[in-house]
Amino acid sequence: MKTRAVLSVLGQDRVGIVAAVSTALAENGVNIEDIRQTILSGIFSMTMLVTVDEDAHAFEEVQSALAEVAERIGMQITLQREDVFRFMHRV
Amino acid sequence: MLHISPEEIAETLVMVQQQHLDIRTVTLGVSIGECAADTAAEMSRRLYDRVTSAAERLVPVCETIEREYGIPIRNKRISVSPVAEVAGRRACEDLTPVAGAMDRAAATVGVDFIGGFSALVHKGVGRADDALIRSIPQALASTQRVCASVNVASTRAGINMDAIARMAHTVKETAALTADADSIGCAKLVVFANMVEDNPFMAGAVHGSGEADVVVNVGISGPGVVRAVVAAMPEDADLTAVAEAIKATSFKITRAGELVAREAARRLGVSMGIVDLSLAPTPAEGDSVADILEAIGVERCGAPGTTTALALLNDAVKKGGAMGTSSVGGLSGAFIPVSEDAGMVRAVEAGALTLEKLEAMTAVCSVGLDMIAVPGDTPAETLAGIISDACAIGVINNKTTAARLIPAMGKKAGDRVSWGGLLGAAPVMDVSKWSSAKLIARGGRMPAPLGSLRN
Repeated sequence: MKTRAVLSVLGQDRVGIVAAVSTALAENGVNIEDIRQTILSGIFSMTMLVTVDEDAHAFEEVQSALAEVAERIGMQITLQREDVFRFMHRV
Repeated sequence: MLHISPEEIAETLVMVQQQHLDIRTVTLGVSIGECAADTAAEMSRRLYDRVTSAAERLVPVCETIEREYGIPIRNKRISVSPVAEVAGRRACEDLTPVAGAMDRAAATVGVDFIGGFSALVHKGVGRADDALIRSIPQALASTQRVCASVNVASTRAGINMDAIARMAHTVKETAALTADADSIGCAKLVVFANMVEDNPFMAGAVHGSGEADVVVNVGISGPGVVRAVVAAMPEDADLTAVAEAIKATSFKITRAGELVAREAARRLGVSMGIVDLSLAPTPAEGDSVADILEAIGVERCGAPGTTTALALLNDAVKKGGAMGTSSVGGLSGAFIPVSEDAGMVRAVEAGALTLEKLEAMTAVCSVGLDMIAVPGDTPAETLAGIISDACAIGVINNKTTAARLIPAMGKKAGDRVSWGGLLGAAPVMDVSKWSSAKLIARGGRMPAPLGSLRN
């Protein structure tokens, strides 16, 4: 089952954030559909739309891999199913 | 392609991480009609099996939804059919063991509260109702997770004043039996007018007889989110603009509830019941309905204008929420418990909020006289008078009202009681010294109002 999800990364800008996050995604078979990224007064903010292949890697497994990355690079990383945003922000 | 803007994603994250957006409760309603038996012991055995098998997956499923959607589900709970209704088919003895079975079942499946130790006596007290009411003090004193509720009035039937008098004594007895824990038993006991069949919130949740066998009901939360939205508005924004902003926010909160309700029902393989559009505060700082009223414009909750602000809030929440789900149900209105809301506690301590003002506020919001500690020596007749006033507001205005009063044994006005967790802590409030004894002694039933003749 392919599940669309939104990945948000927030924290102090530093070298290697995109590399670390996308490596973890690739290792877990997660495909990146779209990326938006900005830096506002030194705060790095990245939003990705991704597809999780739940047949290969469970949603929870991807989340815990990202939690490890978050811990290692000192950023806040959240992976949520996309429907929650569609439900809350679209009539 | 991202269909959702990064700003909208950030808004949701801030709501959850900073403004306490969460689903207050996912409550599984379970019919226990099949548990009727000749003895309370046999009924208890059947009830334990029924509840533990129906709710076996409730907690793990909710935890998965929570993780995948990133929206915390604060409580997972169970409501069962009113126990007196089921007991009335066969056994009508001491029902305390049934409460014990409910408690054990709740512990086994990992929920913090189970509601439905209940009776509906608005028109008359049946044999099983009588047995249940008699069992309440012991049942609440000997269990951790069981919640009891009794419906004593309805718009169609009027107010059963005899039942109210009886419930006042029951409240006092429960307080006495749990005196060593600040009379916590009373925090798990609600007296209702116009009780609803699909309320997911404790302590008043029951699974009504008009419901399917097992249903998922969801109670939303989010006072912190609404407060942040109102607080961010310019000082000179008029009340129409305030109502509009609350409406838009309520829509978003409700959608989160709708999504969780659909997913939980789908994954559990049961029917989706309702989404209850209630703003439910918690003792956490910032997660307060009183704070919203103060952000709208009263210096302290309880000041003149508070009822107006609450009426506006309550109405705007419903309007936004009604767009967000087609399954509105439960109590659907802002809750104004005292001990569970840090802003309400502050207002009481400052002398701004009194019992009488809370009664007025009851007329324009959900339930009402909720989690209010009163002096332990308050006469039963006075408690009955307070309960009947709440009922009168509900019956005449065709809405649900309730009283959850806690006579704090050995304490007087100004002292403090503390139950911890979601139940919070509160100052003991002053109660009128004038007696209601003659009114209560008259007993009987206050007839249904003219407004109930609607056919």
